[in-house]
Amino acid sequence: MKPRVAVFKFASCDGCQLQFLNAEDELLRLAGQVDLVYFPEARSRSLPGPYDIAFVEGSITTPDDARRIIRVREESRYLVTIGACATAGGIQALRNWADVEQYRRVVYPSPEFISTLSTSTPISEHVRVDFEVWGCPIDKGQLLAVTRSLLSGAKPVLPAYSVCMECKRRGNVCVVVARGEPCLGPVTRTGCGALCPALNRGCYGCFGPANDENMESFVKLLAQQGVTGDDAVRRLRGINGYVRPWRETADAIAAQKK
Amino acid sequence: MPSRRKRSRTIQVNYLTRAEGEAALHISMRDGEVVDLRLEIFEPPRFFESFLRGRDSREAPDLTARICGICPVAYQMSTVHALERICGITIDPAVRALRRLYYCGEWIESHTLHIHMLAAPDFLGCDSIITMAEKHREAVERGLRIKKAGNAIVAALGGRSVHPVGACIGGFTRAPGREQLSALRDQLLRIRGDAVECVRWVASFDLPAANRDIEFVSLRHPDEYPMNEGRVVSSKGVDVDVDGVDDFFEEHQVPYSNALHCKVKGRGPYFLGPLARVNLNFDRLGAEITSIARETGISWPSSNPYTSIVARALEVLYSVDEAIRIIDSYRPPDRPAAPFEARAGVGRAVTEAPRGSLYHEFETDERGLIRSARIVPPTAQNQARIEADLRDLAPGLAQHPQALATRMCEMAIRNYDPCISCSTHFLKLNIEEL
Repeated sequence: MKPRVAVFKFASCDGCQLQFLNAEDELLRLAGQVDLVYFPEARSRSLPGPYDIAFVEGSITTPDDARRIIRVREESRYLVTIGACATAGGIQALRNWADVEQYRRVVYPSPEFISTLSTSTPISEHVRVDFEVWGCPIDKGQLLAVTRSLLSGAKPVLPAYSVCMECKRRGNVCVVVARGEPCLGPVTRTGCGALCPALNRGCYGCFGPANDENMESFVKLLAQQGVTGDDAVRRLRGINGYVRPWRETADAIAAQKK
Repeated sequence: MPSRRKRSRTIQVNYLTRAEGEAALHISMRDGEVVDLRLEIFEPPRFFESFLRGRDSREAPDLTARICGICPVAYQMSTVHALERICGITIDPAVRALRRLYYCGEWIESHTLHIHMLAAPDFLGCDSIITMAEKHREAVERGLRIKKAGNAIVAALGGRSVHPVGACIGGFTRAPGREQLSALRDQLLRIRGDAVECVRWVASFDLPAANRDIEFVSLRHPDEYPMNEGRVVSSKGVDVDVDGVDDFFEEHQVPYSNALHCKVKGRGPYFLGPLARVNLNFDRLGAEITSIARETGISWPSSNPYTSIVARALEVLYSVDEAIRIIDSYRPPDRPAAPFEARAGVGRAVTEAPRGSLYHEFETDERGLIRSARIVPPTAQNQARIEADLRDLAPGLAQHPQALATRMCEMAIRNYDPCISCSTHFLKLNIEEL
């Protein structure tokens, strides 16, 4: 029997699950190796669990979703988060710093119709996660590599060193040195292929923290480039802003200012 | 004569599939009359308009792209155009051409995804592209080739096809060289015939007949098929500059949906997207494509929402030709982006996302920080029109078994290629503590 694979969506933009459909050269072969029993975006027939692999896109932002992820976990042998929302809370986790009382005071048409939590949190804050694929969006090659590993019973391994290493390998000119551009590359995990520096701009942290990041020295580097205070906080509180090393660093800078 | 019994019927789709995002449909009928009809969008809102406040304008195209993984280019384009109107930036013609090329790429990939992966399975009696590939392998492979070319265009300009990184206020962070685009040109020439075949293929589907009184809305440009620029026009006489759209259109909230409904003031729902654009800009498609369009047997402008899939395929073909034309006449700009200067002000823009007109409005302070943002995505605007179509359809459903009736409703919704993830991101926040 072919492995039963499911793709679940929580609060997200759909871009990470789209990477399955963007695997134009591999899609039909992959579909021959697994049984995609639950993938509402691509298939109208949805089958119940249990699932061998559940790919989870999106963060937890509603009471219903906080309950739903527990059921997904119970039904799945391997649970793999795909993307910044599922792995780090996503860009919508910026609400986690919002003044809740201020939101309450904002005048809106009929707020009672909308049900939401005050936070956007990664899946790992709710259930055990077997493997996390980082990125906003995830890289198609990494997704396929992780899928292949799981199908062959091997533990997936993805590199976690910094974008700086990738830049060197790619032969990119360093945007910090050559252009004075602020760049999150020194503290960001590889995976994108060092795209932003290759396009003459600083990295903005789509893939989350690298495993060898040194935040203290990075904050000094930013300061040397004149990026301090609110500006530094904004750069860290981005797509992966809620993940611990960046969150704590940004919070410390914000606290200093006060 | 048998006595007529009161007949009630409910159609309930708990999770609309083969659409981007999360929605449900509920229809209650009694004696063939619709008692209750709700397209319920339960996709959780993500509050982009709230967290954009206080962010730097220059971050905005990277942030708004995250509203939609399928049409990030559209969000980037409406964002940069709106912000450039505040800074008073003039765009180099070569940069303008690159933006159009960028949009061609997104139309090709997004439309081809919808045609082959989301819509065609309905017409061919399959549950997904994967089962469809068993019987229609050639058409599926053709679709994947076209889609790949669209993604390649976006990646050539932005590094990757989902949330590309190259677009910025003023232009691009790096402009491609001619040799890079010439590889793309070869790929496009190879799939040009596929795009023609795709139009004929979708036109051969058994498209349900319908003739509805619909107000179509799209941009219209003096001499181009509209993408980044133009006036907002409608099939019932609206013709307005982007700064005047609030005089003609209004939004309101309904209790069962996380997306706002939109209407033309004093009239009612309106229809955005490929069919609206083709109907309102047929004369801008060029002689060859209009002739291919006429060969389908559909009479244009078309008031049948089910012909949307053909309009979508025509736009894929148009985008392939337009991309080749842009590449042929491309000369790299002197500088990839005009310099940004922060200024206080209000800027608005509408560009044509794959699913229709996408409105952005920003207010910034003198440091270039965003004071407020308003984003009206096409699917939210189409929502009331989708419900109107379902109301027209519902009385005829009584004669069909439940499964078929349900599928017919889903097909009516898929005409709009609804992107539900986009449609809900903007509602204000109401907190419920867990």
